[in-house]
Amino acid sequence: MKILVIEDDREAADYLKKALAEAGHNAHVAGDGDMGFELATDGDYDVLVVDRMLPKRDGLSVIAGLRAKDITTPVLILSALGEVDDRVTGLRAGGDDYLTKPYAFTELLARVEVLKRRSGSADVETVYRAGDLELDRLSHTVKRAGREILLQPREFRLLEYLMRHAGQVVTRTMLLENVWDYHFDPQTNVIDVHVSRLRSKIEKGFDAPVLHTIRGAGYMLKAG
Amino acid sequence: MAIAMPAIMKTTAARLSALFLILFALCAGVLVFYMSSLSVRMLTTQTQETIAEEIQVLGRAYVRGGLPLLVRFVETRSRQPGANLYLIADPNGRILSGNVESLEPGVLENEGWTQRPFAYRRYGEIDGVRAVPREEGLDEAAGSTRDLHQAVALVLRLPNQMILLVGRDLGEPEQLRVIVRRALTVAFGMMGVGALLIWFFVGRSALKRIDSVSEASRRIMGGDLSGRLPVTGSGDEFDRLSENLNVMLARIARLNDGLKQVSDNIAHDLKTPLTRLRNRAEAALGGSKDGKAYRDALEATIAESDQLIRTFNAILMISRLEAGYSAEQTGPVDLTAIVADVVELYEPAAEEMGVALRAQTGGPAIVGANRELIGQALSNIVDNAIKYSAGASDAPSVVVSLKRDGQGFVLGVSDNGPGIPLEDRDRATERFVRLEQSRSQPGSGLGLSLAKAVMAFHGGSLDLADANPGLSVEMKFPGEGL
Repeated sequence: MKILVIEDDREAADYLKKALAEAGHNAHVAGDGDMGFELATDGDYDVLVVDRMLPKRDGLSVIAGLRAKDITTPVLILSALGEVDDRVTGLRAGGDDYLTKPYAFTELLARVEVLKRRSGSADVETVYRAGDLELDRLSHTVKRAGREILLQPREFRLLEYLMRHAGQVVTRTMLLENVWDYHFDPQTNVIDVHVSRLRSKIEKGFDAPVLHTIRGAGYMLKAG
Repeated sequence: MAIAMPAIMKTTAARLSALFLILFALCAGVLVFYMSSLSVRMLTTQTQETIAEEIQVLGRAYVRGGLPLLVRFVETRSRQPGANLYLIADPNGRILSGNVESLEPGVLENEGWTQRPFAYRRYGEIDGVRAVPREEGLDEAAGSTRDLHQAVALVLRLPNQMILLVGRDLGEPEQLRVIVRRALTVAFGMMGVGALLIWFFVGRSALKRIDSVSEASRRIMGGDLSGRLPVTGSGDEFDRLSENLNVMLARIARLNDGLKQVSDNIAHDLKTPLTRLRNRAEAALGGSKDGKAYRDALEATIAESDQLIRTFNAILMISRLEAGYSAEQTGPVDLTAIVADVVELYEPAAEEMGVALRAQTGGPAIVGANRELIGQALSNIVDNAIKYSAGASDAPSVVVSLKRDGQGFVLGVSDNGPGIPLEDRDRATERFVRLEQSRSQPGSGLGLSLAKAVMAFHGGSLDLADANPGLSVEMKFPGEGL
């Protein structure tokens, strides 16, 4: 995937570029707001990673400018400002996700990959499938190998999120944000326990595991 | 301004006093001038009326009894105390009768009112008031005005060409002028004194206090944040100003203290994990050179730095909340829903640790708050409660209850763990304080202080109480002002 990183901190930008390349992505770096805006306008990027505070033109203004030109490339905002309202203003300016510095690269990578997928068609599908696992968003039913599995409402939402991003790593914070709608850092293993409960329901009595733990990053739903 | 002002005029007091002096002097001058000219006009009119009346009376006497009666009338009147001036002269101007001994030449030549005051001399000053000792050779002294008086008069030529003059001494208007002059002197004198008084009071009391305020603020600017501006207790404008500035100073001092404490705490509590981090990296470098050891050391390092970042974020958040400035917005939120969210979030984890987590809530409880902050605060408290009650009793349990309390709500989290001794409860919500028996538990020691800061930010409070056994943490939401 082609990624543009707009970040003025040379070292951070180079690190991101290298790490993204190792993860199999082609990343370009722009050192200031103007250059970033130009590249984002011309280049055909899948995802933009935009620092909020940039020389020449600040990150939010770059995003707003792109949106005004009908450029809908998904944007992940990076910021040292982490308050709820900063996030709200960032998302309102046209950002698709918000990550507070300092961040773990796994977190950034997971979010970037999920953003790319978000621009796809997953939102309009009514039935998600992963191997023999099937989730119907309209009837709120989950089946595996044709057998219905009863889930609590929150477990359903958890599985729905995991299946929408099947094949991608989702982090614990992403789960807390998207399934519970809270943005703080879960201190203990609360999310892990929820996931393992869900896992036991969808894996117990079946042959293959579908919900995998990715060490140091999060979880991934993947069949086969 | 290019005009150099005298040094004394640089004080507000002097400038104000000078301004008042000029203004008052102008007012007094105008007032006195107006009053005196009015009085003089009135007196003149009165004089003229009196004279006209006399003339009429004398005229009638002349008609009735001819010159002899007129002379008799004039003689009689002349002798009365404070009499007017009377004079009968022959057509050539020689004085025949009356109380005027001599007068300025030419006065008798024109009939009617004299155009201007004239000098005259009276026979033996009979009114006593203006008794002037008679001297020899007064004719010669006519030029000296010492014994001469000023008068106005009406001159009438009788049908037999004799001249009749009735006049009045101008002593009175002159006296008035003296009074006016004296009044003006007194007025200006008083104004001078008044200006000095204004200068004294404005300069000494009022402006001195401004000076003392700026003196005090200089001290405070010099770094003595404990200094306060003087308040006299009179409750006037200066006191109110000083009081407000003092409140401001107190707030600044509090912020400053908070900042200092934060930096102290950061220095103290981040140094330990940073040292640990460094030691671990060093040990990995010096230890066995196999890949797995490196990998383990690096993973531990990352975990440690994540914990550091978490601690750092919590410190920042607490400081922002405590400073009372935060970009976080509040809106109506349902506490019941937050309780349900948090209990639902923690329930599996609690169950895994063998702790029964329950919620006791009623209908919707709407308060003005920030959902994220309240959710985080409650999570911290529930997290603590689960940790401390686990394994502490046969049937560890945590109850999250939401009760109405007057206008507001009390959100309580009680566990049946070991609780916190009374003497430690206040300290428990301080930053980084990890009570003795909790040292074995993981955590930054910031959970409760963050919750406390969140409650303070919302105008509420966080209280610790005994749950018999165990600890009860109460988040109190006031009903109003949220």
